[in-house]
Order: sequence, then structure tokens, then C-alpha cells
Amino acid sequence: MLGKLKNKLVPSNKHDPSVEKPTAQRHSPISITQLKIGKISIRWTYIAVAMLLTFFILAPFSWFLGKYNFVMISMGINTIVIVGLCLLMGYTGQVSLGQAAYFGIGAYFSGYLSKSYDVNPWLAMLIAAIATGAFAYIIGYPIFKLRGNYLAMATLAIGLIMVTFFKQWDVYTDHAEGLSGIPFLSIGGFAFNTPFRRYFLVWAFCLFILLISQNIVRSRTGRALRAIHGNEAAAESIGINVTQFKVKVFVLSAVYASLAGSLFAHHMPSIGPQPFDFLASVKLVVMAVIGGLASIWGAIFGAGTITILSEDLLVRLTQLAPVAYGLILVIVMIFMPQGVFVALKSSAKWLQVNWINLPAIMNRKRKEFPSQMKNRMIRLVPARLWRKSEP
Amino acid sequence: MSAEHFFQYLVTGLYQGSIYALVGLGFTMIYAVTQIINFAQGEFVMLGGMLSFTLINSAKLPMPLAIILSVIATAIIGGIMYLLAIRTAKKASIVSLIIVTIGVSIFIRGIASEIWGIEPVHTPAFSSGAPILFWGAHIQRQELWIIGTTVVATILLHLFLRYTMIGKALKACSVNPEAAGLVGINAKSMALIAFFIAAILGSIGGVVLAPVLPISYETGVGLALRGFIAASIGGFQSPIITVVGGVLLGIVESIAIGVSWGPFSSAYKDVIALLVLLAILLIRSGKLASEERAS
Repeated sequence: MLGKLKNKLVPSNKHDPSVEKPTAQRHSPISITQLKIGKISIRWTYIAVAMLLTFFILAPFSWFLGKYNFVMISMGINTIVIVGLCLLMGYTGQVSLGQAAYFGIGAYFSGYLSKSYDVNPWLAMLIAAIATGAFAYIIGYPIFKLRGNYLAMATLAIGLIMVTFFKQWDVYTDHAEGLSGIPFLSIGGFAFNTPFRRYFLVWAFCLFILLISQNIVRSRTGRALRAIHGNEAAAESIGINVTQFKVKVFVLSAVYASLAGSLFAHHMPSIGPQPFDFLASVKLVVMAVIGGLASIWGAIFGAGTITILSEDLLVRLTQLAPVAYGLILVIVMIFMPQGVFVALKSSAKWLQVNWINLPAIMNRKRKEFPSQMKNRMIRLVPARLWRKSEP
Repeated sequence: MSAEHFFQYLVTGLYQGSIYALVGLGFTMIYAVTQIINFAQGEFVMLGGMLSFTLINSAKLPMPLAIILSVIATAIIGGIMYLLAIRTAKKASIVSLIIVTIGVSIFIRGIASEIWGIEPVHTPAFSSGAPILFWGAHIQRQELWIIGTTVVATILLHLFLRYTMIGKALKACSVNPEAAGLVGINAKSMALIAFFIAAILGSIGGVVLAPVLPISYETGVGLALRGFIAASIGGFQSPIITVVGGVLLGIVESIAIGVSWGPFSSAYKDVIALLVLLAILLIRSGKLASEERAS
């Protein structure tokens, strides 16, 4: 009880990626935050960003990773959805287990309008986004009266209802194999009709949404969201309209999902209800968790890991894919509750600070390790069993 | 809809509702003691049905022995799930615990589809014989077994919670965990027992359901959802109201499908249950919010 109270009183920066710990070694002569060549010093972060950008620009060319363009495109589309999910789950602390439904609404709206009514694909995309946003807004106010488990269940229920409607929609409109022949997006006469072109379209969207979201996180709104995550009552007491902010961020995440869905519809040869079902929602949550819920840029990492795993490796073991998801989810949640990407980032930071003392620390760890490991193993076994065995 | 049809749907609803009630009781037990909603609850039902199928059809064990063994095996799986997944992640937030239980349920489902394949299986009925004609409704004997088992299980659970030491300790944990700890009740072993009971209740449901409704690896998803609805009618507190809620949900669902007007067909079965869930959640939202704040 006391411990709980103490945790609430002491502000923790644990979930706050934008607050950087002061790195002690930054001004010391030997620093690993910077690369020094003569008098020029460049921060490693910039080098990493430049390398990543080069990789993403070169990836679609046929002499590099051209044959994986479909995987890369779905990775970009997933990233867009997950950024929204990160804002909702990681920063605001609300759960959504039905995110694939909004993805589906975007895809179906956009695909159906542009195919059956010859609406301009861009306009269809806009209409889909507005419709999804309106839907999210309408259901948002009643839904966000709920918290925790109940909220999870309610969002799950809405997701499942939407999947049933998608299936019935296909039955009534005689699209037993789903909606096919959706036109591609185009600017002027330039149609995005090859995977190579769509790659740049999707990743341009993705970059745009990542930058917008980063700005949101670092703005007044972002601080309000984190305050809601920290303590709702306290947030309300300093004048934050909690329900309104929750609904706003929920609408934003739904619109992101809808945009991604529209991109998906104009990218795939045909769409059916399968990519929007419950397992898809769970897959999105897995990606967000792997990337780190409270980390915008972790979204690329999470989407990349799971997309590559599911599209390339796990296709060969189709039956075992769910087993692997389940296992990854449980293990990551138990050992790295903030997500793999965040864990990697914080361990990199720890290395930056401690790398000079590393041998000493490793030595100490090596001595402590057996007893720590024993403690961890003992936690799995009921207390009565092991106490007897010890003298 | 004629009177006979109505009665037929009523009986169907009654036995389906009994299964929902058993699943809902599992949710209530675990939530009351640990404040966790176990999304893998439906998987216990599936495991119960699948294990009894294997033991009866493949291992050729006599039926009572096979039933007892499959219930015990599921209970052990429930205990292992608690020890490996939940207890190691106990300090995690609600979001993390939800994801852990979802992860476990996906994991179990994946393993089950590996072992038993994706084709639904069913076991022989407990007692053979033609369906009983009653008020123009055909009632299968197994349906009576299901309803009877649920009644007996509910009464036994009630007696257990009321008159045994462990049952009282479980109740104490749900009312006030800290005070229970002060009088020497070990909350962790109580949580383990709650998982055992939930797994036993779920697997009993699976065992009695398997002869009527073929069980496949994804049967658990729909049942977990409906069990959750039943448990939320009971506010995750009262076993009796949970049972009543589960049975009512079964009847409402069955009759709503029977009515089937216009474009609405049995494809919307899930939608009805989900709308009931949303309605209950929203009606109770004020109370639920205050409960969460208090805890």
C-alpha cells in the first residue's frame, strides 16, 4: 500500500521517452555519443538516422531488396496504424483491441466508393477518413467512460461487430472472394500502379504521420495525454478535460488506421474481411508492444519485426504462427513491459553512461548473477517447496 | 413463431446459457481474487472438450474416467498458466496483464490446432436414447445433462465458498486482500486456487458440451466472450447473478435468432451477444468506474 502511494507521489520519467537522462560522459574527451574525425564531430544519432534513410530510399530498387517490396509496403501500412495505437495505448494509457476494425472501415469505404461509384481514389480516401473519424467520435464518448479491462472488452466487442458486418457486406454485395479491381491512386497522369511506386507513396505517408505524431507528443496535447496516463484525477485537477482528450486521441488513431486501410485497399488486388478480424487487431497490438507502446519511432521497429516474421518466415510454418505470437506477447510483457525497442534504447543509453566502468560492472554482475538467477527461479516455485530444501 | 418453436428455442437457449454460466463463473472466480480478467477462460472449455475427445476416442478409456482425467488435466494447465505467465508478471499494469492473458489464449489455441487439427470433433453422448418430446420440443438427453451439471456445479461452488475454510479464504481475498493477508491468508496460493477452480469449471463445460456441439480449436473465443458478458452482469462479484445472467443471455440469443426477420440471419448471432455486452458495460459504466477508482 505504502509502496503504491510512494510510486504515485514521486513523478517517474520511466514512460517518458522525450525526457533524456543527462549523459555524464557527453563532455568528456572520450565519448561514444559522437564520432570524431579530426576536428569534425558528428553525433551517432545523426549517423544512424542517415543510414536508416539511405536504407529506406535504396530498399525498393530491384538490385537491393526489390523482391521484398510487398513486405516493405505492408510494413509501412502497419506502421501508420501502430503510431495511432501508440498514441492511444502508450501515451494515454487506454486500451484498444479493435483497431483492425477502423483499418477495415477505411479499406472498405475507400475501395467500395472508388470501385462501384467511380469516386476519385483520393476523395474516397478522404471520405473514408472522415467517416471513420465520425464513427470513432460517436462511439468514443460512451466508450471512454469505461476503464481498464472493461474498456478493452468494449473495444473488442466493437471490433468483432464490425468484422461480422464486413463479412455480411461481402455476402450481400456478391463479393464472396472480397472486393477486387480497386483502382490505384494517381497524381495527374502518374498512377501508382507498380509496387516500386507505391512503396514511396506509402512510406511518404508514413514519414508524414510519424513527424506529425512526434510533434503531437512533444506539444501541450502530448503532455496532457501523459498526464492522463499518469493519474487521471490529478490531470483533471489541473484543468485537463480527460474525456475529451481521450476521445480526441481515439479519433486520431482511428483516422490513422483508416488512412492506412485506404492505402491498403488501393494497394492490394482484392480485399476480404480476413485482414481486419480479431487476430489482426491482436497482431497490431503485438507490433505496438514489441516496438514499445510509449515510443513513436519504435512503431517502425515493431511493425518491421512482426511483418517480416509473419510474411516471410512464418508463412512456412503457418500453423505455428499463432503459437509464436502468443509466446512473443507473453515473454515480452513479462520481461520487457515497456517494449523491446525501448528496452534496447535504454540499454544503449546505459552503455553510453557506463561504458568506461563496464569491466568492473560486468565483474560485479558475474558474481551476483548466480544468486539473482536463483531468486528468479525460486519465484516460480511455491514458497513452501523450496524452503524445506534449504538448510 | 408458434408455441412449440418458442419452447424449442427456449430449451436451446437454456443449455447454451448454462455453458455461458460455467464460463462466467470462471471469470468471476479469477477476477474476484486477482482483479485479472482472464481472456484465456474460453480455452479451458476447448481444452476440456478436446481432451475428453482424445481420452474417449483414441485412448478408449471408460467415459467417467476420461471425464475426470480431462478435467484434472485442464486444471493443471490452468495452474501452470498462473504460475508461469501471471505470477511472473504480477507487478505489470492492467494493459500488460490483458496482453499476457491474450497471449496465453492465442498460444493455447495455436497448440490445440497443431494437436487436434482444425476440424471440429465431438464425443458420444453420456446416455443414449431418442430425444425426449416435451410440449412439442425435441430435447436431446445431453442437453438435460448440461443443464443438470451446471446446476450441480453452481450449488457445489456455492457450498464450497460458504462452508469450507479455503472457500472462506477466497472470499476474504476478494473482499479485502490486505486484511486477508493480515489474518494469514496467502494471496498467491488463493490466486492459484482461483485459477484451478476456473479451469475446472471451464473444462466441465467443455466436457458436457462436446457431445452436442462439435468442439474445434476456436470454440473458446465465442464462449469466452459470452461468459464475460454473464460475469459482467453479475458485476464480477456474485456467482448466482452470473449464472442467471448467463442463462438469460443464452435464451435471448436463441430466441433472437429464431425470430430472424428481414436481412437479419443467424450470422448476426455474435452481434446480438456483443450488443448486450456493450449495453451492460455502458449501463454499469458509472458503477464500474467508481469500483476501479476505489481499488
